[in-house]
Amino acid sequence: MSSEQSIIETHSLNLYYGKFHALKDINLAIQAQRITALIGPSGCGKSTLVRVFNRMNDLIESVRVTGEVLVEGRNIFAPETDLITLRKEVGMVFQRPNPFPLSIRDNLTFGLEIHSDYSKQNHTEIIEQSLKDVLLWNDMKDRLSQTALNLSLEQQQRLCIARVLAMKPQIILMDEPCSALDPIATLRIEELMQELKKNYTIVIVTHNMQQAARASDYTAFLYLGELIEFGETKHIFSAPEQKKTEEYITGRFG
Amino acid sequence: MDTHTKIRKIKEFIIERLIFLSGIMSIIIVALIFAFLLKEGLTLFWQVPLSDFIFARNWYPISDPPQFGILPLILGSVLVTAGAAVISVPIGIGSALFIAEIAPPKTKEIMKAGVELLAAIPSVVIGFIGMITLAPIIKSVFGLPTGLTALSGAITLAFMAMPTIVSIAEDAITAVPRQYREAAIAMGATKWQTTWRIVAYAARPGMLAAVMLGIGRVIGETMAVMMVTGNAALIPHSILQPVRTLTATVAAEMGETVQGGEHYAALFAIGIVLFIITFLINGAADLYLHKTKK
Repeated sequence: MSSEQSIIETHSLNLYYGKFHALKDINLAIQAQRITALIGPSGCGKSTLVRVFNRMNDLIESVRVTGEVLVEGRNIFAPETDLITLRKEVGMVFQRPNPFPLSIRDNLTFGLEIHSDYSKQNHTEIIEQSLKDVLLWNDMKDRLSQTALNLSLEQQQRLCIARVLAMKPQIILMDEPCSALDPIATLRIEELMQELKKNYTIVIVTHNMQQAARASDYTAFLYLGELIEFGETKHIFSAPEQKKTEEYITGRFG
Repeated sequence: MDTHTKIRKIKEFIIERLIFLSGIMSIIIVALIFAFLLKEGLTLFWQVPLSDFIFARNWYPISDPPQFGILPLILGSVLVTAGAAVISVPIGIGSALFIAEIAPPKTKEIMKAGVELLAAIPSVVIGFIGMITLAPIIKSVFGLPTGLTALSGAITLAFMAMPTIVSIAEDAITAVPRQYREAAIAMGATKWQTTWRIVAYAARPGMLAAVMLGIGRVIGETMAVMMVTGNAALIPHSILQPVRTLTATVAAEMGETVQGGEHYAALFAIGIVLFIITFLINGAADLYLHKTKK
């Protein structure tokens, strides 16, 4: 543990939607180049928490945050934070595959163009590399100019991951990325995550406990806005310290 | 029992036929209108060759011999319509984007109500206002002998096209799924990049339909345009000259014609031309929509 290095840290993080206290005093350290799963029953705040890390909650009016969230050592709620840079560093994959209604190529270059520090010449290389990373290159290389909307759901979700990879982020947030996919596609996305963790830090929200057990290195269990337990996945699933955790992972509620 | 089923069957048959009839009614009516236009209008071409009708430069229907060249009228319609489109399309799309994406909820409601109200103003009222307020301004700003010009027509018609463009484009923009916006913002796109590059792009078939319908409304508009364009059937050399449109010609002259006469037939032939123009605009929009769907 000591040799590892945390890339996201929260210190006494509280989040309110209006009067509703959605996250209560969360202290969490997410390790770099590991997969961390956030689990818990619906409404426990796991999606809210993952959306703190790229400040997507800002889109909701009446949201209020106290405490600190450090991403790569910088407090992202500090006034000088540039959201555009933050979201380039911290990419996100959503529950339903949401490729833009553009060609496959334009889906991948959108991020490059809005973050204009990439020169056009690199685009072809980056497109190829990011599609190779998600194992779509062979299928897609001859149809880059076709619309992304005709792909299968699994391919769309892979493309969404590739779209994030093209921006070369440090961290990838995944909000139930497999919930729209069938079991086989789900397994393949999990395999892909194992590949990706060599270069990226992944935080995945999942309601699927087998997925958390199979695919993650660390697991955080949230319940009613509180972080009940956090630790290595093998410990959480074999010898949880908290009774609530045990009840949840054995399927007694949730 | 047997008669029962029989009656039921007949009932079903009648209802089915009635629904079918209402279904094809719009097509039948369009076909009948077109047939009627052709019947009344085509007789003109026994006396006047088609090329003379379209390309001759003089419209003197009551001189002796009469001249039926509608080129000045076509150019008048085109000039006024193009002018109106140049004004109303950017403003209309811009305001649709503002209403759909940027305006806070209260402002949005007020603006939508305003746009609907603008659509409800009778065209004769808009024409009247154009004649009384707009024409004198144009006259003094450009130092013209008259303010009743193609430009006045274009501005007046822009006001009439705008509600159509705004409300249909706004619907199209609002219908763009939320997930696209979320994805773009999560990638670090600014509000403007998201709105312009993703949302507006996704909504562009609907926005094109909005523009086409707006233009369709403008090209068919008669009353307002008759009141503000000056109605001189001359080939315009600038947008600051009086023009006369196809529609205004039909409306202004139909009362003075002899039924079945040459002039009467010529006005119907203008109707055919208008019909074909609208048909082409709609067809182009359909073709585009179809193409982008693929």
